[in-house]
Amino acid sequence: MELLLNITIYLPLLGIVAFLFIKGDEAVKWTSLGVTTLTFFLSLPLLFSFDVANSAVPQYVTEGSPIFAGMDIKYLVGLDGLSMLLFMLTTLFGPIVILSSWSSVKKSLIGYYSMLLLLQTASLGVFSSLDLVVFYVFFELSLIPMYFLIGIWGGSDRIRATIKFFIYTLVGSLIMLVALIYLGYNAGAATGVYEFTADWRFISSPEYTIGLVEQTWLFLAFALAFCIKVPLFPFHTWLPYAHTEAPTAGSVVLAAIMLKLGTYGLIRVCMPVFPNAFMEFAPYMAILAVIGIIYGALVAMVQKDVKKLVAYSSVSHLGFVVLGIFALNTIAVQGAIIQMINHGLSTGALFLIVGMIYDRRHTRMISDFGGVAKKMPVFAVMFMIATLASIGLPGLNGFIGEFLILNGAFFSTLYANKAYAVIAALGVILAAAYMLWMYQRVMFGPITNKENEKLIDLNGREIGLLVPLVIFMVWIGIRPVDFTQYSEEWVESYISITEEKSVAVLNETRTENIPDWTAKFYSVAEKQSDGNFVTLKD
Amino acid sequence: MDYIHDLHSFLPGIIVAAAGLLVIMLEAFKKGVHLSYGATVAGLGIAFIFSIQAMFGDTGTAFSGMIVHGGTGAFGMMIVLLGALFCVFISKDYLQDAGLHNGEVYGMLLFATTGMLGLAVSNDLISFFVSLETMSICLYVLAGLIKTEKIGAEAALKYFLLGAFSTGFLLYGIALIYGATGQTNLTEVAAAAEPTLLFFAGSALLLVGIFFKIAAVPFHMWTPDVYQGTPTTLTAFMATAAKSATFVAFILILTRMLPDTEAGDWTNVIQVVAVLTMIIGNLIALAQDNVKRMLAYSSIAHAGYLMVGLAAGTAAGYSGVLYYLFAYTLMNVGAFGVIAYYERNHGLDFTEIDSYAGLGFKMPIMGVMLSVFLFSLAGIPPLVGFVGKYYVFAAAVQAGLIPLAIIGVLASAASVYYYLRVMVYLYFREAHKEYTLKTPGLLFKSTLILLAVLTIYYGIEPVLPTTGLIELITSYYAV
Repeated sequence: MELLLNITIYLPLLGIVAFLFIKGDEAVKWTSLGVTTLTFFLSLPLLFSFDVANSAVPQYVTEGSPIFAGMDIKYLVGLDGLSMLLFMLTTLFGPIVILSSWSSVKKSLIGYYSMLLLLQTASLGVFSSLDLVVFYVFFELSLIPMYFLIGIWGGSDRIRATIKFFIYTLVGSLIMLVALIYLGYNAGAATGVYEFTADWRFISSPEYTIGLVEQTWLFLAFALAFCIKVPLFPFHTWLPYAHTEAPTAGSVVLAAIMLKLGTYGLIRVCMPVFPNAFMEFAPYMAILAVIGIIYGALVAMVQKDVKKLVAYSSVSHLGFVVLGIFALNTIAVQGAIIQMINHGLSTGALFLIVGMIYDRRHTRMISDFGGVAKKMPVFAVMFMIATLASIGLPGLNGFIGEFLILNGAFFSTLYANKAYAVIAALGVILAAAYMLWMYQRVMFGPITNKENEKLIDLNGREIGLLVPLVIFMVWIGIRPVDFTQYSEEWVESYISITEEKSVAVLNETRTENIPDWTAKFYSVAEKQSDGNFVTLKD
Repeated sequence: MDYIHDLHSFLPGIIVAAAGLLVIMLEAFKKGVHLSYGATVAGLGIAFIFSIQAMFGDTGTAFSGMIVHGGTGAFGMMIVLLGALFCVFISKDYLQDAGLHNGEVYGMLLFATTGMLGLAVSNDLISFFVSLETMSICLYVLAGLIKTEKIGAEAALKYFLLGAFSTGFLLYGIALIYGATGQTNLTEVAAAAEPTLLFFAGSALLLVGIFFKIAAVPFHMWTPDVYQGTPTTLTAFMATAAKSATFVAFILILTRMLPDTEAGDWTNVIQVVAVLTMIIGNLIALAQDNVKRMLAYSSIAHAGYLMVGLAAGTAAGYSGVLYYLFAYTLMNVGAFGVIAYYERNHGLDFTEIDSYAGLGFKMPIMGVMLSVFLFSLAGIPPLVGFVGKYYVFAAAVQAGLIPLAIIGVLASAASVYYYLRVMVYLYFREAHKEYTLKTPGLLFKSTLILLAVLTIYYGIEPVLPTTGLIELITSYYAV
């Protein structure tokens, strides 16, 4: 099983090597499809033999030896409750994105499919690596293929979009790198064995705690990198731009997989490693999340371009995920994890659908359409299901995630204010407004544009790649427990670890050892439980 | 026997010097350039093997303390020879097409390499100075190789005049240090050093001379013009081998000559120069439209990153710098190699970024390799440039220089823009007209492929279960 996990991660790279020996466009396409399909099927045993009851413990772990004595940086991959579903989402989307570009991409196919396969390996690597340096390497590696996907196969303004995307994300992650190095030395000193350690299992464990001052800066550095990736308001400006210029497959991967790297990082690193900072910054992050939810929805409402509309809806949906993460209770974090999957499925499907209509009409403007449902009934059904899933209609997946998040945020002790959940709930209503309004303008009414008379309905390939997504949307909507069970144990145990660690840090802290602002920000004196603290300095 | 030990310690240098003499003789007797080329490759290759052997050997001094052997010096010799060897491999086709393929070029290159090898192992201010001059004078000649163009003359003259000027500083510094301590041997200077004005002035002037050679701001003015006017493959030689040799000598001076007392604490100066070099190098590079000038400013910026490691002043810092030099040699020779390839097809002025539009699809393997080298220079994982930067910045963080590390990563984030810009032209823009590209020669192509493979291999090598290169380097500084 350990070997199988590694094969799954690196099999797409093998596909790129195979491109050196094959000739012809058809062969390239079929090889990519074969490789990604095989990757998906190989990942299934990992899901089926996953020990759900012990999901807090990484499974299928491959552990290399440290790079040299004293430096505990090593190849370390494995899956646990947090990463299992996201890993599966990535392997599921592998063949789907390959199929989605089957006939629409005609320029330098080998390059195009190499980039998609490289992206697949990088994303699988991020979700499975448990050494933070290896995590960082995969995190950065995912930028390169996306840069080329947007830059070469993108729309008319692709160059500015791709450079903005690249530089924006890189600045965040480089600052994270400095924080990571500092964290590594700090953690290494705590092991007593190493000089440096990047082993997540140790760093997140209750044995290792960080002082409040360091926590603050490290949390901010890591959170900045992840929030840019999410993207959380006000760091979202690169996203609509990158989405509109990217080719369909690029948008799908960006929405379904890459945005999750940010929220995944927030849960994986920020929560258990910087517990006090995480809890104290939670209300501020929630404010940004709520602004993102409402702002994204309002901006989506006035878009004329369908793809841009879906892109802004992503900003809104990921606001929900962040709101859930920082509520720090089992319901909300579980909701955030399942909502990451949901957003991948429904927004991925919506981008595929936009791509299909764009392939036919070479426009994405809402005003160019109208009455499409008459010509394309199957398309209309698929589009409707994806739209409703995105809105959060009960019975479909979006409802489960949003309900859990809002429920958890409502009772969150960290937020201590029900306004967050209440205002965020408005976002659901707005979502219904902008999605349904868009759907109505595109699909219903009379056919006003003669071009639309010639539209033909979806072909077998297009139906085939949407059907699996629709199945999962319904499945999650009806039996969410089949999916939430994977992360339940993980979430419960890591929330309690986070809380224990925060109390331990507070009790170890002596106010005379830390600056005043830290003592005030963390309310050290009021929160210490052992009673023998000194009062705050004036 | 003692002199056997001495000769063995500097064996790579002796072999290269002998090869240089042989090449000059062959030219004198008109034996043809191919024989000279063979002698050059053979000389550098044999020396390279001996230098690798020395990397794993014991450490000590030789020639009555004039040079060190083993450890840092041996690793420095290896990097210099690696850079020289790869540059010779890519030079043949390029210089033939440019009409500059003469045996004398290789003679000069071998003598310059001898100087660099001496520089990398010098343990005495006299041997340091003599080696530096041997290297520099040969490089002045190589810089002026394009005799028919104005830029060639400009490069040679500018390099020579400014170089001679900086030599004056350097020599004056050495004289003052000798005046203050009565010694020229690095370790003896360290033992005799007192925090006197004379010693400070001497060290400061010595540092100015070194900063000039490694192109640190504000002593960097010569770099872009010289790099632009020199034949590209020889620019690669200057930018990698010469810079590596000077940096290794710099490490030796910092670790052996400047004592751990107040008299030897130049950390603040190095920090300030590092910050200036990173910021100014990267900012000016952003505005360049000529790829060679862009790489010149990028090499200034890289000197800044390297100095971050020196400023840390720890074992981790010095080993990080040595690793970075190795990484820098691989990716920079590669990048200049691909540029040389494009120039071969379209003449020597074919280095404007605009003329690269759409070239990436013309000869895909070259475009892919240039992208790999540029991504590595930008420090994107999993390529060797990232690993180098990681070690250097990690050393700075460990030494408590967190602001310096943050400036460093932000500067390198800015640098990504100009590296990406080349790829924007290569891939994202349409070609202006139909170019037909020559098929690269087998030696040329396989050299570049080897460099690209090494760039990727050393990017993932740290997590492989083999003994890492960094482990070997760190052992040089284990106390």
